[in-house]
Amino acid sequence: MTLWRIINSGLVNFIRNLSLAVAAMAIMVVTLTIVLFSLVINDTFSHTINQITSKIDISVYLNDNVSTSQSTQLLSQLRHLPDVASVTYESKDQVLKAYLQQNASNQQLVQAVSETSNPLPATIIIKPVDLNHLSQIKAFLSKPQVSALQSDPPSYSGQEKEAIDRITHATNVLQRIGVFAVIIFTVVSVLIIFNTIQMAIFNRRDEIHIMRLLGASTGYIRGPFIVESITYGILAAIISIIIINAAFQASSSTLQASSLGLLDIGYANRFFDNHFIVLLLIQLGLGIVIGAVSSLIATRRYLKFKIR
Amino acid sequence: MILLDRVSKTYTKSGHPSLDRISLHVEPNEFVIVVGASGAGKTTLMRLLTREERQTSGKIIIGGIDFDKLKDKEIPQLRRKIGVVFQDFKLLPNKTIFENVAFALEMVGMGNHEIRNTVPKVLEIVNLSGKENSMPVELSGGERQRVAIARAIVRQPKILIADEPTGNLDPKHAWDVIKILEKVNRFGTTVLLTTHNQEIVNRLKRRVVTIKDGKIVSDRANSGYKS
Repeated sequence: MTLWRIINSGLVNFIRNLSLAVAAMAIMVVTLTIVLFSLVINDTFSHTINQITSKIDISVYLNDNVSTSQSTQLLSQLRHLPDVASVTYESKDQVLKAYLQQNASNQQLVQAVSETSNPLPATIIIKPVDLNHLSQIKAFLSKPQVSALQSDPPSYSGQEKEAIDRITHATNVLQRIGVFAVIIFTVVSVLIIFNTIQMAIFNRRDEIHIMRLLGASTGYIRGPFIVESITYGILAAIISIIIINAAFQASSSTLQASSLGLLDIGYANRFFDNHFIVLLLIQLGLGIVIGAVSSLIATRRYLKFKIR
Repeated sequence: MILLDRVSKTYTKSGHPSLDRISLHVEPNEFVIVVGASGAGKTTLMRLLTREERQTSGKIIIGGIDFDKLKDKEIPQLRRKIGVVFQDFKLLPNKTIFENVAFALEMVGMGNHEIRNTVPKVLEIVNLSGKENSMPVELSGGERQRVAIARAIVRQPKILIADEPTGNLDPKHAWDVIKILEKVNRFGTTVLLTTHNQEIVNRLKRRVVTIKDGKIVSDRANSGYKS
């Protein structure tokens, strides 16, 4: 009964103080939108990095005289290196087949290759766990007994490696800037929300005082204020998720272009759709917590018995 | 019902006391008028009785509650036992007339059905039937004061404290308010009324306690007002 009265009274207050409610909610919407947007973008950047790094591999070219047992042993040794994600063996025939397929349009080359005996070496393709931790693999490959098995020095995805390194670095930096910006934005807007709710309650301190004089208990006075602030939070969460959704839908091509291709908007959209419920819950949770905490703090000072 | 024994209240450490060793005993069902010029200490007395302020020395016992033993968290219970009418009405601006009166009942946990029955009856006593859905700003001063009285009496308190309830009203409305207080008193509530309106004092013919410079200078039954 009492709880229902408190909730009811909070909702009625919300409607009757609509102008203040709109101000408080507007700021909350901004905060929650920034948080939500950065969550999606952050995940998209991680996805981009993963995609780029997954394309990187190390090719080890084996001498033609390497026996099957030698290559099998080498494969299992490589598999046991902690930085190696996967190892694939391609025989001379497989390599040739792939080569011919790749160059099927170049008839002269195809003919030239098929006239000689297969010039291409058997190849081991190593996928590293982390692009930035190749030293162990490099060290292993340059051991004398291992390099003796190789016809050529290993290739690190050829010339792409450097470009990929740069992109990864740039994405990492962007991600860090993003996290930093989110933290600052969140802190600033939480402070503003606190302030707005404090002002809203400051305007109604007389009301609190009157309720006190009539003998209302602390919880009974405070309850409706908390319900009111939580309502701001819930509505702000819903509005912000609608805004983000609309932003992704409306301007995906602009975003894609302005992010130099680092941002896979299609992925961001899918991420948003797939995690909609989780994101909505995060938003609601944040809105409710910010609303409840700030109104608790703001009402506290007016609820103290200051008896001289 | 109300007992004050040598109660003093000083706001500043070295300053002049606002109330200086006041002793007052009010019997149940009495109607007592406290008179005195502005600044004599009437409002301080009322604020001590509702525990808005704490006496500097002396003893206050109201309805069996000894103020020396009253903890902060017990103040709401005390205030629920006393009906208070303020000079500036102190209505809740965001609530309708009905809700303002109902609020006093809600916090003591009365059911919705009972509240819907009780509030109109009390509004009828103060002649405000039909104003249930108005907001306080839509009412005149006299009407607002009657809402405040309705709110104070709806819980049927044993004690009603009215601090200058007619201070902001014209004579006609002032008299309406006084008549309601008399009616409440006839129903068995102890009424403590402060005023500096001589005409009200003279027409009421009740016990009059006169305060001057923080001291009780006279305490007479059925007396008129002498300034």
